Amino acid sequence: MSFLEVKNLEVSFNLRGKSLKALQNISFDLERGERLGIVGESGAGKSVAAFAILNLISRPGKITAGEVLLDGQDLSKLSPQEMRKIRGNKVSMIFQDPMMTLNPVFTIGTQMIECLKAHRKISKSNAVKIAIQKLKLVQIPSPEMRMNQYPHELSGGMKQRIIIAIALLMDPALIIADEPTTALDVTIQAEIMALLLDLCESNNVALILITHDLGVVSQVTQKTIVMYAGRIIEQGPTNEIINDAQHPYTQGLINALPQQTLPGEKLNQIRGSMPSLQDIPSGCSFNPRCDFVLDICTKQRPEFTQSGGCSVACHMVKAMKDAEKGHSAYE
Amino acid sequence: MSNNQQSVVTDKNNGVEESILQVRNLHKRFDISRGFLDSLQLKGGKISRKREYVHAINGVNLEVYKGEALCVVGESGCGKSTVARTIMGLLKPSEGEISFKGQRIDNLSNSQMLPFRRKMQMIFQNPYASLNPRKTITETLEEPVKFHNPRFSAAQVKDKVAEVMLSVGVDPNWGVRFPHEFSGGQRQRISIARALTVEPEFIVADEPISALDVSIQAQVLNLMMDTQQERNLTYLFITHDLAVVEHFGTRVAVMYLGTVCELAATKTLFSTPKHPYTQALMSAIPRLDAKNTAHIKLTGEVPTPINLPSGCVFHGRCPHANERCKIQIPALIVQNDGSQVACHAIEENRL
Amino acid sequence: MRDDTITTTAKNPSLLRRFKDSHLWHSLKKDKVAFASFLVFILFVSVAILAPVLAPFDPYDPSSIDIMDSELPPVWQEDSEAKFLLGTDAQGRDLLSTILYGMRTSLLIGICAVLLQCFLGVVVGLSAGYFGGRIDSFLMRIADIQLSFSTLMVAIVVLAVFQASFGAELYSKLAVFMLILVIGFAEWPQYARTVRASVLAEKHKEYVDAARVMGFTNSRIMLGHILPNTLSPLLVISTVQIANAIISEASLSFLGLGMPVSQPSLGSLISSGFEYIFSGSWWITAIPGLVLVVLVMVINLLGDWLRDVLNPKLYKD
Ligand SMILES: Nc1ncnc2c1ncn2[C@@H]1O[C@H](COP(=O)(O)OP(=O)(O)OP(=O)(O)O)[C@@H](O)[C@H]1O
Ligand SMILES: Nc1ncnc2c1ncn2[C@@H]1O[C@H](COP(=O)(O)OP(=O)(O)OP(=O)(O)O)[C@@H](O)[C@H]1O
Ligand code: SF4
Ligand code: SF4
Ligand SMILES: [Mg+2]
Ligand SMILES: [Mg+2]
Repeated sequence: MSFLEVKNLEVSFNLRGKSLKALQNISFDLERGERLGIVGESGAGKSVAAFAILNLISRPGKITAGEVLLDGQDLSKLSPQEMRKIRGNKVSMIFQDPMMTLNPVFTIGTQMIECLKAHRKISKSNAVKIAIQKLKLVQIPSPEMRMNQYPHELSGGMKQRIIIAIALLMDPALIIADEPTTALDVTIQAEIMALLLDLCESNNVALILITHDLGVVSQVTQKTIVMYAGRIIEQGPTNEIINDAQHPYTQGLINALPQQTLPGEKLNQIRGSMPSLQDIPSGCSFNPRCDFVLDICTKQRPEFTQSGGCSVACHMVKAMKDAEKGHSAYE
Repeated sequence: MSNNQQSVVTDKNNGVEESILQVRNLHKRFDISRGFLDSLQLKGGKISRKREYVHAINGVNLEVYKGEALCVVGESGCGKSTVARTIMGLLKPSEGEISFKGQRIDNLSNSQMLPFRRKMQMIFQNPYASLNPRKTITETLEEPVKFHNPRFSAAQVKDKVAEVMLSVGVDPNWGVRFPHEFSGGQRQRISIARALTVEPEFIVADEPISALDVSIQAQVLNLMMDTQQERNLTYLFITHDLAVVEHFGTRVAVMYLGTVCELAATKTLFSTPKHPYTQALMSAIPRLDAKNTAHIKLTGEVPTPINLPSGCVFHGRCPHANERCKIQIPALIVQNDGSQVACHAIEENRL
Repeated sequence: MRDDTITTTAKNPSLLRRFKDSHLWHSLKKDKVAFASFLVFILFVSVAILAPVLAPFDPYDPSSIDIMDSELPPVWQEDSEAKFLLGTDAQGRDLLSTILYGMRTSLLIGICAVLLQCFLGVVVGLSAGYFGGRIDSFLMRIADIQLSFSTLMVAIVVLAVFQASFGAELYSKLAVFMLILVIGFAEWPQYARTVRASVLAEKHKEYVDAARVMGFTNSRIMLGHILPNTLSPLLVISTVQIANAIISEASLSFLGLGMPVSQPSLGSLISSGFEYIFSGSWWITAIPGLVLVVLVMVINLLGDWLRDVLNPKLYKD
């Protein structure tokens, strides 16, 4: 049994009486100390997936199917109180929007100390010590002074580092980081990634890293999941996905990187945009934007095909695999 | 000294260009002393009030030329947003001058500032927070048009808004919706549309794409490049994504702890980064291919804007620092290839 | 630009449309308790407004009152008269009519007092939060001082002094205004604090900076941009405050400092019936008391529901 097992997770939002599926058929597992990346365009459902794992989906959303087993315990069945205990100790989440963790009317120090005291029996001076130590870890200079400041007095990147520090306060066994370094410059991003990496390796912490920066994914994670319109469309070892993407959507993401075009030229954007939950196309949900679209793509949803170490949900890839097989059988 | 030098020197790669914005010797301090009683201290038998400051900007000189995209990069917390916000008049500088087309604008009142508001606009970092959640898109876009053109008829206002919406690829029929019904990329387009409603000449963009995913980043960047050509816009573009800078920037200013440490044409900067910090920055770009983390690792204590280091602000982490670096602040000096670098080692030809 | 080329077809949604499309309306329809409370509240408000039309008698009209009818029990008891559905009070007024009129007075005082609180609180809270610094400290200290006196204490002192110095005659004429003023002034700091807290949270958001960059005036930004975003917490505390104001008014009337017996509110009705409760005429106190309890309860239930719905959601939207 793996440390974290997510099985067939499904989340729906109830909007204006209609039920919209934001997440369908999400399954993966994660060992202790393992690092997983989740990538995909805005609106793919990455954050919803993270929220669902932590049983944090709030109205009008709901987990409608599936289970999330952490050490064999199904998180999706726990009460909010039990969940709060787990969230504080075993699992930490770094939210995409820093202001979801930070309260604008309290100082950084107050918030960190409150957080420590809520989960542990600890004296105030000890709490202060731990808080300062964590702030140093995330490269906040003069942490003693910063403790007295309010969130709006810090730069965007500092806020982001502070919530990373808060997530590290409790020495969790699983960290879910939703775009943790989007507001950081590359040198500090490199430091923070090194910090997370070190933490994972030396303390055997598992990491789920949600990001749109494929560069970061390629440097930090071992496994990658690519999501589109609420589903996993490709999943496998990171280096295979980055160097040899099979799914047309993954290829599109990689080609859109500015590194892939000459300076001053137009970037290769994937044409069109992510469908909204109301009108997800039938068949393969990527078909209106895909360059390789086949007849079957608009009619039937592709199943996962094994290609190398990756599972890919694409008719085109399946057809190519089949052709290859047929070819080799013929020889 | 460096001030005078800067205003005369123009970009050598492009010959003499018309400057649109000048920032001279800009300083910004934030008072962070908490409470009157807490800050009192006994010193030499006398009670005095001790004040703590964040020295966010320490003598920044910049000149933006018409039609260019000047990118500003630098460490998180080095004062990029503060520079942007002071230029836009959201913060008052502690020292220094800002002029727009030769006219000083940093000491103007709200009403005196009004004519400049039409010419300078800003795009914000967070697409989720920069649109008023209680206003429909049309309301958000119509308000500035009505405010700056009180004589426009209702139909004229509508036309203007529809025109701007079309130009950023937002369907005018979306106008009745609220921001939360849009994705990050669409919201950022709407923010750009809002800035364009007043037909500005100069736009400050504070990390406009860092909250967006790559494919939408590409859309928004392409849009910004298109509008730059169509409307002959000038950008001050703040970002930490060097790949984007390489793609988009005419010139690049690299900042460290509230000072500009290198200013160069994009090509020059990427081919021959000179300042030790720039070099470290370049080496840290995460690459797709290499699993290598062979970047120049910055060691030493991270300096703080609260207790500003003496001399060169980078000396605590610089592999090339010497005694002079700890005492004297290096000035921006023009190099042979037209770039400007503030480093003693370069000046002394040690590097 | 030629106007025949570009036309925006869709119109901005009207306020009613917005409400009907909103999350609020849908979740109200779903939550049974809240929906029932909403219906009861609407019922109460409408009968209160329509009291002059609905009430069988006019309790303010002395000619319609016959002292011989006093203390008649409700119809389901013995010795009752059919025309007095809920019986009569000690002066022979029809209790049903008196309750309808009384509820009208109570609601009027409650809602107007809350409007006054809200107005004062919003002005103070907005200015304190938006301008910050000295203005903020000054205004908030005043709020603290105000808050340290309990509403009832302030009201009792003010009303008693007023009654003593200007006489009960003038007082009974001005009672409604006096109650609105006193309850309104006594509780504005609640609003000021709530508004200030949300303004502090809102004013650092980028849409406010965007408005400033556009050159909008401070008052436009405060009223047009920030205020609408602080409405959710305002709505929530308003429900609690209306309930509180109604109770305050009832308590004051019960103590004889509120509405005079000639223009009864629910509170003064309860108070006037209290003397007769031991002589067996329980209904004069119990029925208006029940109405008051139900009224306050539905308002509080609505408030709880609102708090749940408008709770800053975990999601960014
Ligand atoms: N509270 C909500 N109500 C309605 N729809 C929601 C809600 N939360 C999320 N959604 C929808 O679920 C989908 C997935 O959203 P999610 O935030 O997970 O995307 P994401 O992959 O994290 O994107 P981003 O990169 O922008 O953070 C979107 O279509 C979004 O509109
Ligand atoms: N209102 C304020 N009060 C006090 N200090 C402030 C305030 N605003 C900014 N600062 C400080 O000024 C410094 C520079 O902040 P700024 O936001 O300009 O950084 P930045 O370069 O934009 O960083 P990032 O890339 O992380 O956004 C920081 O140390 C920050 O704490
Ligand atoms: S299944 Fe078809 S439409 Fe979908 S990605 Fe593959 S080829 Fe494109
Ligand atoms: S001036 Fe000295 S410390 Fe500063 S960057 Fe140059 S060599 Fe390094
Ligand atoms: Mg997300
Ligand atoms: Mg910033």
